[in-house]
Amino acid sequence: MANKISDETIDYVGILAKLELSAKEKEDAKADMEKMLDYIDTLNELDTSGIEPMSHVFPVNNVFREDVVTNGNQMKDTLANAPQRSGDSFKVPKTIG
Amino acid sequence: MDILGLSAVELGKKIKAKEISVTDATKAVLAQTASVEPHINSYVTIDEKGALAQAEEIQKKIDNGELVGPLAGVPAAVKDNMCIKGQLTTCGSKILSNFKPTYTAEAVLNLQKAGAVLIGKTNMDEFAMGSTTETSYYGPTMNPHNMRHVPGGSSGGSCAAVAAQECYYSLGSDTGGSIRQPSSFCGVVGMKPTYGTVSRYGLVAYGSSLDQIGPVTKNVTDCAAVLQTIASYDSKDSTSVKREDYDFMRALTEDVRGLRIGIPKDYFTEGLDREVADAIYAAAKVLKEQGAVVETFDLSLVQYAIPAYYVIASAEASSNLERFDGVKYGYRTAEYEGLHNMYKKTRSEGFGAEVKRRIMLGSFVLSSGYYDAYYLKALRTKALIKAAFDKAFESYDIILAPAAPTTAPELGKSLSDPMKMYLSDIYTVSVNLAGLPGISIPVGRAKNGLPIGMQMIGNSFQEKTLLRAAYTYECATGGCYEQPAHIPAADLAGKEA
Repeated sequence: MANKISDETIDYVGILAKLELSAKEKEDAKADMEKMLDYIDTLNELDTSGIEPMSHVFPVNNVFREDVVTNGNQMKDTLANAPQRSGDSFKVPKTIG
Repeated sequence: MDILGLSAVELGKKIKAKEISVTDATKAVLAQTASVEPHINSYVTIDEKGALAQAEEIQKKIDNGELVGPLAGVPAAVKDNMCIKGQLTTCGSKILSNFKPTYTAEAVLNLQKAGAVLIGKTNMDEFAMGSTTETSYYGPTMNPHNMRHVPGGSSGGSCAAVAAQECYYSLGSDTGGSIRQPSSFCGVVGMKPTYGTVSRYGLVAYGSSLDQIGPVTKNVTDCAAVLQTIASYDSKDSTSVKREDYDFMRALTEDVRGLRIGIPKDYFTEGLDREVADAIYAAAKVLKEQGAVVETFDLSLVQYAIPAYYVIASAEASSNLERFDGVKYGYRTAEYEGLHNMYKKTRSEGFGAEVKRRIMLGSFVLSSGYYDAYYLKALRTKALIKAAFDKAFESYDIILAPAAPTTAPELGKSLSDPMKMYLSDIYTVSVNLAGLPGISIPVGRAKNGLPIGMQMIGNSFQEKTLLRAAYTYECATGGCYEQPAHIPAADLAGKEA
């Protein structure tokens, strides 16, 4: 079974992935994804009806704790990594018109 | 004295006995990095000044009896996807080229508490996505045993650094074989512990349900010592497991009598290099001579592990890597129009081709309309693979397998055909899907001089069984680690890589 990725699909995936692809990157991505999906489709040979999807191999439970700050105020260190800042805030392009 | 030729535990003993100072050992390692790095490129960052300062401080703590563990004063390296406070942590990516974490990963903190001298951060495939360390933004790492070949990946820098004696041991991370495969290619010992054994707090996430930090060492004793040091229950990692027993060094006994070892017939089929197969059968014979019961069996489902793995790992990666958006840390594109354009341009410029490929695949398999067919199908396959292992472990204590189908490929030969590169993970990815512990130990060399590794897979929480079998093999054969023929660096100085 050969998968075919349309231009619309690759554009949609680009939006989901927040990636801007050049025309060539788009064509490469389509070819790569078609090849991978053809391969992934071999999973359809397996009968998995009645099998529960397993997200973790061990039982995972929520771990609750009191909401108490233990690491102190790290504002200065955290902001030191900001690509752009304005005073004590991260600076981003205008988001609301 | 050949300081660099010592193992980590041997060096620790000599430091304790005051035969070697921590500073001398650190200087020896730094001198080695200075001459080897232009040819091998194991490190993204070498913290020379910091290492010497740590050495002095640790020496004081050893002298006053504060630090008494086997690794106190021993120089080590950490894969560049583990956070160290204030130290560049790049994940091999442009997008984190300027990122200095505000905290230290729990596993690294455990090393620091044990008196490790941290030399620097090792090179890796970008965000641990790759099998050759060639997708790093900081250039490829070369295999110390033959510099025209890759060291494997994604923990290629960690493994090459240990092999080339640029540190005594290192930490790697393993999502689909990223410790075991490069260990096999570089002739060192590498272990992926049972999922949940080592805290993932401060490990930059790739596939969270698969990622696990583990040791890369020269021998099995060091492997046990490092595992014992880094393993801990950590409330900051919600998947951390509280284990009853962390005393892994007690497993270092020469005894495999009655140990049941199964070799999956379906691993020894076409695609596996003849020399690799022969080396593993020879190693199995050694264990048999020591009293183990060795049989072949059908594991089943082997061909479905890779497609299931790439769906799950890519899905988790697409979600985990959403945080890299140019707002709070890391690279931000120079020119943009509005927020969304800034996100897109930042990520498109900041990520390399392999990372983009996996983010796209992951976004696709999680998108509505495809989620059931791909993502849930892969999770169901994972359940079947886990069940196949459960069944195998009813009959066997250890599953013996190759770590990779071949020895290390030549540089520049893998990235043009990603599918082929993915297929080389066939013996390692299922271990991550099932959360099991696995170890790779050197068992010989191919005619081309490159090391061959053997993988042993244990049931959940049975690291001690693996360590005991690996130690017995090592004792019976007179040791695993061999210094690369072209190292020490004196042979290299002045030559072009």
